[in-house]
Amino acid sequence: MSELTKLRGKAACVGAATAGCGEAPGRNATELMAEAVYRALADADIPLNQVDGLFAATAVHSMAAMSLAGHLGLCPKYSSGSNIGGASFLAHALDAAMALESGIIDVAVIAYGSNQRTAGGFRSVSEPMPFEAQYEPRNPITAYALAASRYMHEFQAVREDLAEVAVAARGWAGLNPEAFVREPLTIEEVVNARMISDPLGKLDCCLVTDGAAAVVLTRPERAKDGPQKPVYLLGAAMAHHHRMISEMPDLTLTAAGDSGPRAFAMAGYGPNDMDTVQLYDAFTINTLLFLEDLGFCAKGEGKDFVAGGRIAPGGALPVNTNGGGLSCVHPGMYGLFVMIEAIRQARGTCGDRQVEGANLCLAHGNGGVLSSQVTTIWGTGETL
Amino acid sequence: MSGYFDGPGPEATFRAHLAEGRFMIQRSASTGLHVFYPRVMMPCSGEADLEWVEASGEGTVYATTVTRRRPEKGGDYNVALIDLAEGPRMMARVTGIDPEAVAIGMKVRAKIDELNGAPAVLFEPV
Repeated sequence: MSELTKLRGKAACVGAATAGCGEAPGRNATELMAEAVYRALADADIPLNQVDGLFAATAVHSMAAMSLAGHLGLCPKYSSGSNIGGASFLAHALDAAMALESGIIDVAVIAYGSNQRTAGGFRSVSEPMPFEAQYEPRNPITAYALAASRYMHEFQAVREDLAEVAVAARGWAGLNPEAFVREPLTIEEVVNARMISDPLGKLDCCLVTDGAAAVVLTRPERAKDGPQKPVYLLGAAMAHHHRMISEMPDLTLTAAGDSGPRAFAMAGYGPNDMDTVQLYDAFTINTLLFLEDLGFCAKGEGKDFVAGGRIAPGGALPVNTNGGGLSCVHPGMYGLFVMIEAIRQARGTCGDRQVEGANLCLAHGNGGVLSSQVTTIWGTGETL
Repeated sequence: MSGYFDGPGPEATFRAHLAEGRFMIQRSASTGLHVFYPRVMMPCSGEADLEWVEASGEGTVYATTVTRRRPEKGGDYNVALIDLAEGPRMMARVTGIDPEAVAIGMKVRAKIDELNGAPAVLFEPV
């Protein structure tokens, strides 16, 4: 057995919750995060004082795990506030699986919270990049716009190809009562929206919302006794090539090309086995890049792959079934919501948007400027 | 005798050159490969033998965007990634033409000009 597959299925999600999605006036980031933890523990029927592993990252806490532990009155045996941007929480799942399997901890909580929308708008976690800042990139959008420009140049893609991603996400959002924006959207509306940073217009960009999320992970023996259907972490892998967009070797090829194959190898499954695919869609270009880099289609074929509603409700591959960062929720660091949608689909609790027989669900996180990439694969008991 | 790591670091040295009107990049003495942005050692391979050389200033637009900004705040401006003839890539702006006219593959040449109160490497179409 390889080192990788030793961890396969050794952590299970037994509780998951969101809180304050959309607008949560009058509530601060810590309070929203604590509410999500309360709800996730209630979902798992595990008391707060049994949490001995705590993982958190936000845009407003320099030491998020300690801030959250202080608010909750916890004294964890292991904690990590490792921040690799929006993908942090998927990396925390890998950390938690290692800490659970080693026996250091028994109950892990991963949490995030943000009140950015009601606090006045997008707040970057990032310091200015030393050899870029003078040119005034408006990161993150400048970086993603540069990637989109290169992608369109290399693969003869047009803005309508990117718009297909936004329209599909909105289709799913229409089926999700938790989604912030649910009205139907057309390709024309996306293409005609106000330009922000060419070639990305307003509707190519994620929402700016409030929101918090938390999950509870335990070892599989304990997971069987909980009130919820356990969802197992079958594969997880991370990779990053760069911090600044000017360091990225090829703007059309993300480090998901490294993390994806390793996560699939650990899980023992491939792209064709996935019943739902949840990708961190901060911008429309992300979905195309990740579908390609994770092996759902060849490089440059993403635009053809998503054409004609292929990833929308009723399409061949359900992608971003909550409506994504584009239409459901995006409080600044969206990764934990990606993971929770994969878990909810595997649980079978997604209501109108539930994908029938969703046993294997991929959740892929992205952080920085296409920088950190973390792929996780979640499955029901029958996939173990 | 001063050692490789003594004195001002790569960023301070780069900026001092720029203030003198020189666009300098680093080259590894042993491998001959060029580096930008300024580093302490060769990325990936780790050689601590970087020396300063004058950049040719020749470049090609690798990726480009127009940052939309209200006219009263200064109007739209270009942000681009430029592949230098020596190999490294850098962020910069292409100026001297409409920001929307900057195209991938366009040949550009560096010039040093003031940007937001400090000297900066900017590029103009050849």
